[in-house]
Formats: sequence, structure tokens, C-alpha cells
Amino acid sequence: MLDLMTGNAAAAKGAMLARVEVIAAYPITPQTSISEKLAEMVANNEIAAKYIKVESEHSAMAALIGASYVGARTFTATSSQGLALMHENLYWAAGARRPIVMPVVSRALGPPWNIWTDHMDVMGERDTGWMQFFCENNQETLDLILIAYRVAEDKEVMLPAMIIEDGFILSHTFEKVDVPAIEEVDFFLHPFNPDVKVNFRKPRRYGSLVMPDWAMEFRYNNYLAMEKAKKKFLEAGVAFKKAFGRDYGDLVELYRCEDADVALIVAGSAAGTAKVAADRMRERGRKVGVAKLRVFRPFPTEEMLRLGEVVRTIGVFDRSYTYGQGGAIYGEVRNALFPLAPDVRVKGYIGGLGGRDVTEAEFEKMYDDLLMIARNGSMQKDVEWVALKDGSWRW
Amino acid sequence: MPRFTIPKDEYLSKGHSGCAGCGATLLARFCLKALGPKTIINSPACCWSVVQGVWPRAALKVPVIDHAFECTGAVSSGIRAALDIKGMDDITVVGWAGDGGTVDIGLQSLSGAIDRRTDFLYIMYDNEAYMNTGIQCSGCTPLYAWTNTTPGGVRQEWKDVGKKRIMDMLVANGIAYGATVSIAYPEDLVAKVKKAKSIRGPKFIHALSSCPPGWKIPSAKSVEVARLATQAGVFPLFEYENGAYTLSKDVKTKPVEEYLMSQGRFKHLTPAMIADIQTKVDEEYAVLKAKCQGAGASA
Repeated sequence: MLDLMTGNAAAAKGAMLARVEVIAAYPITPQTSISEKLAEMVANNEIAAKYIKVESEHSAMAALIGASYVGARTFTATSSQGLALMHENLYWAAGARRPIVMPVVSRALGPPWNIWTDHMDVMGERDTGWMQFFCENNQETLDLILIAYRVAEDKEVMLPAMIIEDGFILSHTFEKVDVPAIEEVDFFLHPFNPDVKVNFRKPRRYGSLVMPDWAMEFRYNNYLAMEKAKKKFLEAGVAFKKAFGRDYGDLVELYRCEDADVALIVAGSAAGTAKVAADRMRERGRKVGVAKLRVFRPFPTEEMLRLGEVVRTIGVFDRSYTYGQGGAIYGEVRNALFPLAPDVRVKGYIGGLGGRDVTEAEFEKMYDDLLMIARNGSMQKDVEWVALKDGSWRW
Repeated sequence: MPRFTIPKDEYLSKGHSGCAGCGATLLARFCLKALGPKTIINSPACCWSVVQGVWPRAALKVPVIDHAFECTGAVSSGIRAALDIKGMDDITVVGWAGDGGTVDIGLQSLSGAIDRRTDFLYIMYDNEAYMNTGIQCSGCTPLYAWTNTTPGGVRQEWKDVGKKRIMDMLVANGIAYGATVSIAYPEDLVAKVKKAKSIRGPKFIHALSSCPPGWKIPSAKSVEVARLATQAGVFPLFEYENGAYTLSKDVKTKPVEEYLMSQGRFKHLTPAMIADIQTKVDEEYAVLKAKCQGAGASA
């Protein structure tokens, strides 16, 4: 059924359709309306879930770890400082193999105080062992929550997942969303029934003390699960398309890349803007494309290599900065390409931090820059901060 | 012949890794006898991360969920919510944490769980310092005590303030039941844990748990020193329920000096320090007795 809703309403709807059983949430802008909406659904018996009003995000994640061990499907949502506060328990959730699903409504970290979107919060958690899926629009936010549960709860995966939804640009903007019927979702997503859960007949200790002789094997199993998640995501995409008609078949969605001279890798809502810019460039005869990074964890190394075979000059647009290094995605793309495709030129663009608008014109400028690099066969600067007021990126 | 009230069932196996004479280990054994098999324990970073044994072995015969240091209240709320949604209403949820994990780093989530009216029993085994990390001062370390972070030194800097009044804080927070227990009074301990189990809502038990390496006492004296704490009035045994306090054992018969001098962590105490502690203990005991009488109940 088509409906008009914000990204946060779509996230709450996704949780409802997934029949989540325990929700623990703490308010933070711009996430708050997800937890408000779910509280309302619980209060009105629209969803048979327990809602725990925790006193912090750290406790939200702790409560869900406990609930998940009992066998409940668990959900929370957060942003920015709240995600940073959860940090310790994000490692715990992944290490404990609890398939918690959590929209992260991305927002800048302070100081200075700033409630608008960027991906610094999300990138700070990339090593915690969580899967990370980026949304371009509100439809993807709803759909990816359903896909995330299916992948996360797969017995060969059992890892938590973040659904990254850009603050305000998606979270508070109304868009058309096709809402599936809950009965159809039930066919796609079965009840959560984990092998590892509290059992009184065979009492066990969960999260025990493991000495150096075995601790590394636990980490290795997390690695195997994360690798497995790539295949499971693709399989879930096929099943989702069959059930609902929408295509999530790739970890990286390629847009007009097949004959492109240059391509921009973009994650999140800015991918839509980049596509419009690519269309305009195409109208002017410039062969450019967009590689939308849907899945950041597990990192789609093979997909990047395939892209590098087709497109020899690649730009990476990062809404984050890893101090001392460059954008987070930029570093990872170079890392993926270098051993097997060292001749692909990769340039990083940093923009949209703290909610700075990223315009089509800026993407066109990036494409021009990339086309020049492709022509000259060399680039002068690895990483560029775009549209800064100091004029280092001149328009 | 006196009739024993302590169940014979054992839920703590042999082969745990507790120190010889560990008060908390004895406490767990008694508590589990009272709690029975339909219990989920959740426990943060503390001595019990180690005492329960190293993977793949586990010393407790009930399910145990380990979690990060400050999470006991929150994990308890999560477990209870999931049990509720699954319709499992005959399970006792127990948060099992040390004093540092309770009165310091875990205070926020404990307060939150009480505020949420989570139906759980929080048992704080109070060995009066961060013992698992090697005897550092906590909010439960007593006045003038030596620890590795209150080492005295040339400036004579010992613990400079008394224990946090955690029971007062949690009574104000809204617990349904509160009690102090001691390993030296096991019948009283078991009766209180059983009672706590029968009450709905957030319950808190404060258990004094002697620690031979941390208190600098011989392993064999663990129970004896714990008993002295109650006999000296340093750790009185009482209950709180429905706004009323009840003194469980009015056995304050010994000077604090006898309790203090039984332990190496107090061996540097001057007569003036001992006198100061005695005054404070007398005052606090009088306040507690007045509360018990004021509520119309006493032992």
C-alpha cells in the first residue's frame, strides 16, 4: 500500500512489520520520532512488543543484549552521541552474536553542537562487528530493516545490523513509501528462533571468560560470519525481490557505470543527488556513473574490484573524515583496489559534514575533476574538501 | 535438635575459581539454594567473571549472562521484558554484581531499572573495593581503609569518607524490598533471598562479602570477620519493605576495634581514627534503630 511518510516513520513501520518483541530506546535528535512512534504503536496495541524506557543509549543496547539471549527479536534506534555512548555494548552485541537491528539516524558528533547529518558517528563504529547498510531514501529504510533481520538472524550469520538513514534529509522528509502487508512480510521473515538462547534444562554461561588459548577462535568465527553475510545479503535480496518486487540484489548498486569513464562512490541520501548529476553530465555527453554503496560492512571488496575493471577513474564522496587519513570509505576503496588493481585512480572528496547541503552542482564539479584526472592520467591531490568557505575548492 | 532451614540443593559446582575463603562464593552458594533452578543470573565485570570458571566450564547450574561493567540494571530490564513477551512468568531475574559495579559505575542503570519497576532481584556482593582488578578503592570502601589507591604513604592518605549509603539511595529510588545479609548468618540470608524472590518489583540485597586477599585476613577467618562486622554494628542486618524497617539481629555487642584489628587493611589505624569510626558506627546504628522503632517493628 502506498503511503506518504518520513524516514523515521518508515523505520518504525519496518520494526512493526518485522514484529519486533523488545524495544529499548532513549531520545536523541534526529532519531527521537522513531522511538516515539513505536511507543505509540505499543500503547495502542498495534504491535505486541515490550517497550523499555531506558535511561541511556548504553543501557538500551545492554537491555537488548539481555532480551535477545532470552530469544526475543530486538530493536532500538539512535544517532550521534547516543551511538558513541553505545560503543562498548556494540562490541558486546556483535561478540555475543545477538542479531539486534538498529536504525542509526546519522548525525554529526560534537563539538561544536550540530544535530544535522554526516557519517562521522557511523564510521566511528565500523570496527565493532556490526553490519552496516546505507539507505538512499525512505523506501530503502523500511525495506532494509526487513532484509537486515533476515540476514542478521540467519544461523550462519548471527550478527547485529545498523540501518543508516541520513538525519533530517531522510528522517524528517516525507516521501512515497510502498508499505508491504504484514502477512506478506511474515513469509519473507520468519520468527526469531536462535540456537543459542537461555535454556533451563541445559544451563550455560553466555559471554564467559575465554583464555588466550581459545579467544582468537571466537574472533575468527565473527570474521567468518561477516564474510558469510555478503552471500546471505544477496540471497535475501533475491527473496525480497520475489516477494515485493523491489531490487536489493547488490551490495553496491551501479548506476550508468557500464560504459563510464569515471564513477563516484556515494553512500546514503547523497547517492540520489549524485544520480541526478550523472544524468545531467550524460546529457552533455560525459560518460559518468554512480556506484551506490549500500553495504559498507561487510565491505564489498569483490564488487569494488569489478567496478575497477570497468571504470578506471573513481571518486569517493565521504560524509566523514578519518583524521590523519582521509574519508572512511575512500580509505577502504583504495584498500580494496590496490592489491589487484593498483592502476585505478581513486580520489577522495569530503563534503556534507554537519548537515552541509550537497548539491547537484557540486557533484558535477566532482565529475569534471574526475574527467580531467582520467584525461591527464594523474591527479594532484588525493583528497579534497569540497565547497569549503576558505576557497580551497574554487567554484 | 535445631531444624535446618537451608535447602540441601546445590547450584554451585565444585571447581570454581574463587579464592580460598571467598565470601562472595559462599554467598552465591546460599543465594542459589534460596533461588532455585528457575533463575537467570546476569553479571558484569567483577570477581564473578572469573570465579564462575573459564570457558567451556561453568560453575553455576543456572543460566548466566555476562555483560559489560555498568549494565546490570539494564540487562535485567531486558531479560525481564523478553520473559514477559514470551510468557515465562515463573523465572527469577537476578543481577549479581560487586560493590564497584553497583554503587559506582553501575549506579545509573540500577537506578533506571528501579525506576522502570523491573521485576528483578539485585544482589550486591560487597567486598568493599575493586577486588578483581587488585584492591582499588570503591564507593563502598570504608573510612580509613587501606587499598592500592588509598595507600597511605607519607601523606597518610587512606579512604577519606565512609561507604556510600546505597540502601538509603535505593529506598528513595523506590525499591519494593531491601535487605542486608551476611555470610555469617546463613539462615537469615536464605530467608531474605526467598522473601525477595516472592515479591514483585525491584528488590535489592546488600551482602557483606569478606575478601581474604583484599581485607588482609586469613582464609579461615572469612566467616568470623563477617560475623564481627555485624556484632560490632559496622554491618547491621535489617530489612526494608513497604516503608518500614526491621532490624533482623540486634547483636551489636562488640567494639569496632575488635573488627578493625582483625584485618590487615586497618592495621595502620591510630586510636583517634578508631575512636572516630566508633562514634560514627554508634550514631548510624542509633539512626537505624530509631527507623526500625519508628516503623513499629524491631527484633
